[in-house]
Amino acid sequence: MSSSSLVADPVATGLEGYVGFDTITQQIEKKLLKRGFHFNVMVVGQSGLGKSTLVNTIFASHLIESKARLNADEPPRQTTEIETVSHLVEENGVRLRLNIVDTPGYGDQVNNENCWEPIIKYIKDQHSAYLRKELTATRDRYIQDSRIHCCLFFIQPTGHALKPIDIVVLKKLSEVVNVVPVIAKSDSLTIEERAAFKQRIKAELIFHNIKLYPYESDEDDEQEQALNESIRELLPFAIVGSERNVVIDGKAVRGRKNRYGIINVENEEHCEFIYLRNFLTRTHLQDLIETTAQIHYEAFRSKQLLAIKESTSVNSHPASGATSQSTLPQSPNQMTSPNSMLSPGSSHGMSSSAMGSPAQSNQ
Amino acid sequence: MLSNDNDSSANGTASSIDVVRKKLLGYVGFANLPNQVHRKSVKKGFEFTAMVVGESGLGKSTLVNTLFNTALYPPKENTEPSNETVQTVEIQSITSDIEENGVKLRLTVVDTPGFGDFVNNEESWKPILDDIESRFDAYLEQENRVNRRKMVDNRIHACIYFIMATGHALKPLDIEFMRRLHTRVNLIPVIAKADTLTEEEVVAFKQRILADIQHHKIQIYQAPTYEYDDEETMAENKEIMSKIPFAVVGSDKEVEINGRRVRGRSYPWGLIEVDNEDHCDFVKLRQMLIRTHMEELKEFTNNILYENYRTEKLQAMGIQQDPSVFKEVNPVQKMEEERMAHEQKLSKMEAEMKTVFQAKVQEKEAKLKQSEEELYARHKEMKEALDRQRLELEEKRRRLESGRPMTPEKSKKKGFSFNK
Repeated sequence: MSSSSLVADPVATGLEGYVGFDTITQQIEKKLLKRGFHFNVMVVGQSGLGKSTLVNTIFASHLIESKARLNADEPPRQTTEIETVSHLVEENGVRLRLNIVDTPGYGDQVNNENCWEPIIKYIKDQHSAYLRKELTATRDRYIQDSRIHCCLFFIQPTGHALKPIDIVVLKKLSEVVNVVPVIAKSDSLTIEERAAFKQRIKAELIFHNIKLYPYESDEDDEQEQALNESIRELLPFAIVGSERNVVIDGKAVRGRKNRYGIINVENEEHCEFIYLRNFLTRTHLQDLIETTAQIHYEAFRSKQLLAIKESTSVNSHPASGATSQSTLPQSPNQMTSPNSMLSPGSSHGMSSSAMGSPAQSNQ
Repeated sequence: MLSNDNDSSANGTASSIDVVRKKLLGYVGFANLPNQVHRKSVKKGFEFTAMVVGESGLGKSTLVNTLFNTALYPPKENTEPSNETVQTVEIQSITSDIEENGVKLRLTVVDTPGFGDFVNNEESWKPILDDIESRFDAYLEQENRVNRRKMVDNRIHACIYFIMATGHALKPLDIEFMRRLHTRVNLIPVIAKADTLTEEEVVAFKQRILADIQHHKIQIYQAPTYEYDDEETMAENKEIMSKIPFAVVGSDKEVEINGRRVRGRSYPWGLIEVDNEDHCDFVKLRQMLIRTHMEELKEFTNNILYENYRTEKLQAMGIQQDPSVFKEVNPVQKMEEERMAHEQKLSKMEAEMKTVFQAKVQEKEAKLKQSEEELYARHKEMKEALDRQRLELEEKRRRLESGRPMTPEKSKKKGFSFNK
């Protein structure tokens, strides 16, 4: 059935007087201001790369603590842990609920195989929780969004190339979340080394087909496309973080004081922190949230629903059982398999109660 | 020329030699010995083998080039990204002969590419440990050869371990590696690319690293102190040792500062000079490794590390130490000893026989005594019986004399009884 028979194509009509529907933007703004915004950021990287410091620098406040192992008696972590902190920050009447997810223990062990699994699982769990809330019959008017909108991936400033573990994890992460790679502690690279390193990283990303944010979109106009292009040129951001102030020319700025010089974090010639901050907060904040909902969440959702459809057809057509088993989601974790999502263990009730068992409304 | 101040009691046996100090009355000339050694060793040339271990990208090759002021390692070529990756830790060594002021040094640097670069780094220390031990084995084998004229020393004299400048503490991989190798090689930990750390961060980081090392009982290289060293050297040594682990920055390129050309790295916010002690500990590392402790490192490797390895290995092979092999054999003394042993044996036998004889004698004596006593007892018994009989007869006689009915035969009897 084509929509053209139901709704005619719009015809551009001129107005003879002022109507006033242009205030819809202000109405929306007022509504949104009342509601407040949600932004969830995840930081991924080896211990000691300055993740906590950078987050504190971007949001100009002490949000997360460094998870360093400062005591010789303390045993090192055995697995990647997920730690979330939540802060409510306000600026000019705009309230932002900021969730920061830290991943201490990632990449720190001798054997790092599958150290990325807890991270991928967490991201998918957030999608899964949101989907569940969406699918309940009586759902909240506004669902609390805990999906990760942006994942900052920290690269060690070796100056050579990406490590094998970086490539594996970047591949897996870029499929489920917006990944923004940064070169950590970039004050260990001279300008030439930095440029060469970035070239090398970009070549490797292209070679391994890793898709990073910002993504190409047909909806973007020229200005947005140009902006995205310039961001892509800059990736990965070479940053330096600092929570402490140093005095440069009588002014107190955030920076680091060495024995041979003073680094100003907010100086574009020293590092690219300003670009990253503007990118994250001033230009692409809304886009990150939207992309998470429109691209990653949708992809997850369609996979899940297709899998449910397959499994229900399995139950009604036992002959096709063998084939549908293989089309279940290929995700490495079986936690978000359709059976566990709705009601544990029972796929029989699915075709009837399908998407709305009231018992799930509290999940 | 020697004056006998005191009686030399140096006529002891081979086992105890009394060393007597004598004063010289004039110049002899053996003070020239060090010069002779010096000339000979300069002619022979020196050799030194160092190993560098650390994750890729920590500046190992650059630091080696900086230390020896020569392009030992060529700059890393840019390889295209590919799916083929190294699967194991490799051992690569580069040897070069360098000369300075007539002194020749054969320098070998062993690199370990791949260490710490994999997703799974378990056992990545194993190829390195195997390499070190195989060098020990090769040396051991050379020592046991019949012809030992040409011995080549391939053993690793120092292992520079590169620690990533996180500012936190040691990583599990670092601890694992150092624990496995500290008994086989001189470990010198350095903090790589230390130009990212501020001064306070460096101090705190070093403290935490040392705390970790102590906690896991890792023995990093400690320069031995000698009592006969002069004050200046001891102070220098102490200062060097207090900076371990060295926070180093390497650079084989020159930059310009204030009109001078120095080795360093140029950033938009400043310039770090490699040879400036205020900027990093590179100078101290070079001093320790090359200028003051190179020979110490070699000696320690030879005398302690290698010997420990050798002892362990030979014991593991089941060879027991036989101390009698080392006693001196003097034939006359041996005969004397044998004779004495023989005499001792004879006297022992004699003593034995004496005691046996004594025992027998005593036994016999005891027996005889016993029979004597028996006889005596019997004699007494019989005497008593006799006495009793006599008394009885006397009684009868009295009775007879008082009773008178007795016939002359009875008086005969009487007389008869007297004769008894």
